Amino acid sequence: MITPTAKIAMYRQMLLIRRLEERVAEMYGEQQIGGFTHLYIGQEAVAVGAISALNHDDYVIGTYRDHGHFLARGGDPNKFMAELFGRDTGSCRGKGGSMHLADVEHYFYGGTGIVGGSMPIASGLALACSYRGDDRIVMSFFGDGATNQGVWHEALNFAKLWNLPVIFVCENNFYGIGTGVRLSSALTEVHKKASGYGMPGYEVNGMDVLEVRRQCDEVVKMVRAGSGPALIEARCYRYQGHSMTDPGRYRARAEEELWRKRDPIPRLAKTLVAERVVDEERLRALEQEVERICDEAVEFAASSPEPPLSALYDHVFSERHPSDPHA
Amino acid sequence: MREIRYYEALIEAMAEEMRLDENVFLMGEDIGLFGGTFRATEGLMAEFGGRRVRDTPIAEAGIVGLALGAALAGLRPVPELMTMNFAMVAMDQIINHVAKMTYMFGGQCKIPITIRAPGGGGTQKAAQHSHSIESWFVNAPGIRVVIPSTPYDAKGLLKSSIRSDDPVLFIEHEMLYSIQGPVPEGEYLIPLGEADVKRRGSDLTIVAWSKMVHEALRAAERLAEEGIEAEVIDPRSLDPFDWDAVYTSVARTRRCVVVEEGWRTVGVGAEIAARVQEHLFHELDAPVQRVAAADVPLPYARNLEQAALPGADDIVRAALKITT
Repeated sequence: MITPTAKIAMYRQMLLIRRLEERVAEMYGEQQIGGFTHLYIGQEAVAVGAISALNHDDYVIGTYRDHGHFLARGGDPNKFMAELFGRDTGSCRGKGGSMHLADVEHYFYGGTGIVGGSMPIASGLALACSYRGDDRIVMSFFGDGATNQGVWHEALNFAKLWNLPVIFVCENNFYGIGTGVRLSSALTEVHKKASGYGMPGYEVNGMDVLEVRRQCDEVVKMVRAGSGPALIEARCYRYQGHSMTDPGRYRARAEEELWRKRDPIPRLAKTLVAERVVDEERLRALEQEVERICDEAVEFAASSPEPPLSALYDHVFSERHPSDPHA
Repeated sequence: MREIRYYEALIEAMAEEMRLDENVFLMGEDIGLFGGTFRATEGLMAEFGGRRVRDTPIAEAGIVGLALGAALAGLRPVPELMTMNFAMVAMDQIINHVAKMTYMFGGQCKIPITIRAPGGGGTQKAAQHSHSIESWFVNAPGIRVVIPSTPYDAKGLLKSSIRSDDPVLFIEHEMLYSIQGPVPEGEYLIPLGEADVKRRGSDLTIVAWSKMVHEALRAAERLAEEGIEAEVIDPRSLDPFDWDAVYTSVARTRRCVVVEEGWRTVGVGAEIAARVQEHLFHELDAPVQRVAAADVPLPYARNLEQAALPGADDIVRAALKITT
């Protein structure tokens, strides 16, 4: 049972991610943001639905397409935008950027740019939960492309072998950069790969936040109770290119149009209005509130100082030795 | 003082740290029931059980990645790789993740992980089990590289590595596991980044680590017969590196030979030679000499393997070149 309050919170969270990322695209165009920037627009229902099913101290780990997860985990929009601007006030002091967001205070461990690289780390976080015997669990997000990497399979094998409390959430957006899943994966139904490791695999409509949430509520309960790992495949679509530099010529316009009609945000708005959870006026108020947060985030980032040059050698290690450069 | 073997010193270090800190645990291939390919975890499963001494699948990237995740969550993992050469399978996890995460997350996390692995040739294990690749890891910032040559150093340094809040690659040597040496009863620590003078001398400085320390000491004995007194400095860790110890010694002896078992080209020796010349150009009486492995994949045949690996003969030759 998802409460009306929870539904409104999910709506607001999806809207916030969408609007903030639209600002990111704008700021990227103005060259305020550099490097590789991978937008999450279109996939918001997955991070929001799945993460909202967790406790505050469960661990979450993702990939370089991490904006949505950082924000859904409770990350500060100001620190988010400042990190993308490369400012000292950013979540990672301007050292990580778009691909390496992290927010340890909210148990969000980023943020890795290597496809599949986060997979064994997710199982390792779960190993710590199991080792301590606490009831925390781990949620690991990755794309369909990661499921063809070697460490993906190692991580699932370890997780099942040691009965670790981890939920692997595959955001299957059907493209690994520009190569379709049919051209890269022998088994295109990712959830079926779970059976190779003796764990349950589920398929959900990743464009429907309520469906994602309901499925995750069920799996979270099971995994927290000690069932061992599970795999959820959320079928979804990114509206933009792989990164800001990708014009997306490999996809048919008709396909894009089809998925845009399934947009999770208006979809939930329609449901909320139909269920009389909100009215049009409340939706407008939410939109205005989110716009204010976006304005403030951009203003905060733009007015924040760059990291001092003296920070260059900070954080290579946590304990400095006299032989370290500029120790 | 009692004498124990190198592998026994390692076992003592791990057992002591595990008794002190519940967060310390071991994982690796054949380390539990089997007792470790080189006996370096023998008896630990019997004392600590399968929760803290974890046999793993043969999946090196997974082993390191799981250890990293556990470290992020506050544990103090000590994963073992069966040989340094298998670290290549885990390279992405070691360099892109373990070594970089503290930095790229702006200092939000600590990664107290000690990866143990033996390197080294000399037992005809050919090209994929014998190489000394410490230079690759010294090249990358974010991971400490510790490489002890004696049972005493092995114990004190492993304990310090496990207690460090930073990632450490702890490189053992297959041919050193059975050597014996004095190790005091009870606890002691050796700080990382503190070199040890393994032999005093005034005519030249030999910098060597791991098994090459023993080759350097043999070479020094032979040089002594010819009236040349070599000082042998063992840095014991390559990151951090005790540059002061090397500079102080070379400033006095005015001559330096650097010995490593890894490949010569772009090896650690190249860095040491470069820095010694940067700092002591006017104090040097001769060019810094490098003794290292031949730049070939290690061959199987005994005579070819011996020809490829550096040893006391090569060190004596290099020393004579700059002292006579």
